[in-house]
Amino acid sequence: MAEAPKELQSAASPVTDLRDYTTARVSLTRTGSSLATRDSLTFALAHAQARDAVHATLSLPSLLDALRSRNLEAITIKSAAPDRATYLRRPNLGRTVSAALRASLSTQAKPPANNTLTIILADGLSALALDRHAIPLLDALLPLLTPHWSLTPIVIAEQARVAIADPIGQALHASLTLLLIGERPGLSSPDSLGAYLTWAPSPGRTDAERNCISNIRTHGLGYSAAAQRIAALANEAQRLQLTGTALKDLEAALPPPL
Amino acid sequence: MSYAQTIGSVRYTFPTLADLLAKASPARSGDNLAGIAAESAQQRIAAQLALADLPLATFLTETVVPYETDEVTRLIVDTHDPAAFSHVSSLTVGELRDYLLSDEATSERLTALAPGFTPEMAAAVSKLMRLQDLVLVARKISVVTRFRTTVGLPGRLSTRLQPNHPTDDPAGIAASILDGLMLGSGDAVIGINPVSDSPATVTKLLHLIDTARRRFSIPTQSCVLAHITTQMQAMDQGAPLDLLFQSIGGTEATNTSFGVSLSLLDEAHQQARSLKRGGIAPPGTDPNATEAGGENVMYFETGQGSSLSANAHHGVDQQTLEARAYAVARHFSPMLVNTVVGFIGPEYLYDGKQILRAALEDHFCGKLLGLPMGCDVCYTNHAEADNDDMDGILTMLGTAGVNYIMGVPGADDIMLHYQSTSFHDALYLRTVLDLRPAPEFEAWLETGAAKRLSLPKLLVI
Repeated sequence: MAEAPKELQSAASPVTDLRDYTTARVSLTRTGSSLATRDSLTFALAHAQARDAVHATLSLPSLLDALRSRNLEAITIKSAAPDRATYLRRPNLGRTVSAALRASLSTQAKPPANNTLTIILADGLSALALDRHAIPLLDALLPLLTPHWSLTPIVIAEQARVAIADPIGQALHASLTLLLIGERPGLSSPDSLGAYLTWAPSPGRTDAERNCISNIRTHGLGYSAAAQRIAALANEAQRLQLTGTALKDLEAALPPPL
Repeated sequence: MSYAQTIGSVRYTFPTLADLLAKASPARSGDNLAGIAAESAQQRIAAQLALADLPLATFLTETVVPYETDEVTRLIVDTHDPAAFSHVSSLTVGELRDYLLSDEATSERLTALAPGFTPEMAAAVSKLMRLQDLVLVARKISVVTRFRTTVGLPGRLSTRLQPNHPTDDPAGIAASILDGLMLGSGDAVIGINPVSDSPATVTKLLHLIDTARRRFSIPTQSCVLAHITTQMQAMDQGAPLDLLFQSIGGTEATNTSFGVSLSLLDEAHQQARSLKRGGIAPPGTDPNATEAGGENVMYFETGQGSSLSANAHHGVDQQTLEARAYAVARHFSPMLVNTVVGFIGPEYLYDGKQILRAALEDHFCGKLLGLPMGCDVCYTNHAEADNDDMDGILTMLGTAGVNYIMGVPGADDIMLHYQSTSFHDALYLRTVLDLRPAPEFEAWLETGAAKRLSLPKLLVI
């Protein structure tokens, strides 16, 4: 084996604690040029948590209990992706619901109106995020929405991607869908929740026609701030009869996350 | 024109060149997602056998994306060098593989051949190569570029220091830069992915790097990886921009989805060249003298799957399209090109095995086409991959002579939310393969200057 590169001998331990300035993994402990055991295992733990979050399944019974105790009606469905491995390889299946399911949802549809809101709870890439944050977020959000909106039953979707809101919203005659979905787990954020708003949902909508509020989690955007942003966007979407890029400016004008 | 191969009693036909290439591609999830992958293991080898017998000259008459409707195809066809190609013009794809692996194919000969290869030829031959073939041939090819450092010399390994921060906070970014410099990282570029794609942010971050570089005489170059038009506005406003960045793809429609075209890239390239920054002065020159201007000012990133993701793939497999992106890159004599190989996710490259193969294919094709290839050895948390996979990719790429890799604090990018390689990973690779940093940067490290760095000194403007 070759000798260690010269810069190693000249590199000093940092005097300032760099960790005061960033959450990046700076100032790690070295042995030779390699990571010391503790830092190596700390990284491995963070990755393990993210991996577990990707492969976790929703705690449906407790989620349904929580909704029932709030007098919220809920329907559970599955996307066209039969399992996690297929879901990860075929994103299109996670955006699709079967014709039979759509027909069954249609029986619960209300007459078309301008203020019908469908809330969809989707596992996405982190069921953990939904388990932890969906109910507290709804508790903060629903009081802000009820004056303006008429809710359809809440739909809980498993093996779901963002665009699953389109066939669901269409079947339920929703004017607007609000999809709460587990985001792709980061190394230090396995439970981040995203909220997507889509006006006049129907299959074929693009991401440019949605608005997203991201990073809802304990060390990210708090429930109350997230709820206010979602409610403001929903009301503005109703006024303008659209979501997407045209609403972005409003998003920028909202107060920054707490 | 259609292609065919018979194995036993089964006759396989491939209606187009694009179909033949797709069916011959080693398995990966993105080609399955596109519905163009081989339907059986035997069909894949049948396609490889047919491809092996295909004359290279076929690629000069058959296109995979129409010339009339795609400016990348037009660039490939119109800039092909028949004189360079004449040395291999009689070969089939299989014979080209044999030639590349032979002792006849020396470093000098391969360098001279580069303008004679089209991306489709490079992709085709790579589909017949095992990982060790991709390593062995790439290792013979040196592509050396210069700005303030010389990157790509044999026996050297450089790094892009990637000090990203979720709010573009200057102190947070400076903390990561300091950590990296003290660990010998940053000789390819100090390159920040900004959260905010605004000229003001680009300018602010470029000043941060530039001030530190001048104050501590660090031989390196800066880059803020905003959209190219944002960087152009920053240049208009006088920002000290060294390298000009853009993500590119292998079809016109992919590039349109990125908001760029060849003419826009050309205009931006001219603008960056006109700043006359960089350029390596002869030894003994006053370090504060005016710079002559570097020849290589562009920094491109690519990655298999971007065209399918943008619905712009024309039924062509993702690896061939990736090689076509290199035709775009080489038109601008870039300083740095890297594939961001595992960033796109498991629907394109499912697991560590697929990411490994893609990394070595991309590095090989880039080098064969004459590009200064680096690699962002990386993965996302929903891919079937972990640190062990990255160690394998890193070690094989180092053996293949990769120009540079990424240096991210603890391998964890807290802004882009994926895992790349750490400062320590680069030190590991330099140690086991006896590789050194770029010579100018190595000389700076040997002065002990990194010892005198501190956060307050980096941040005081």
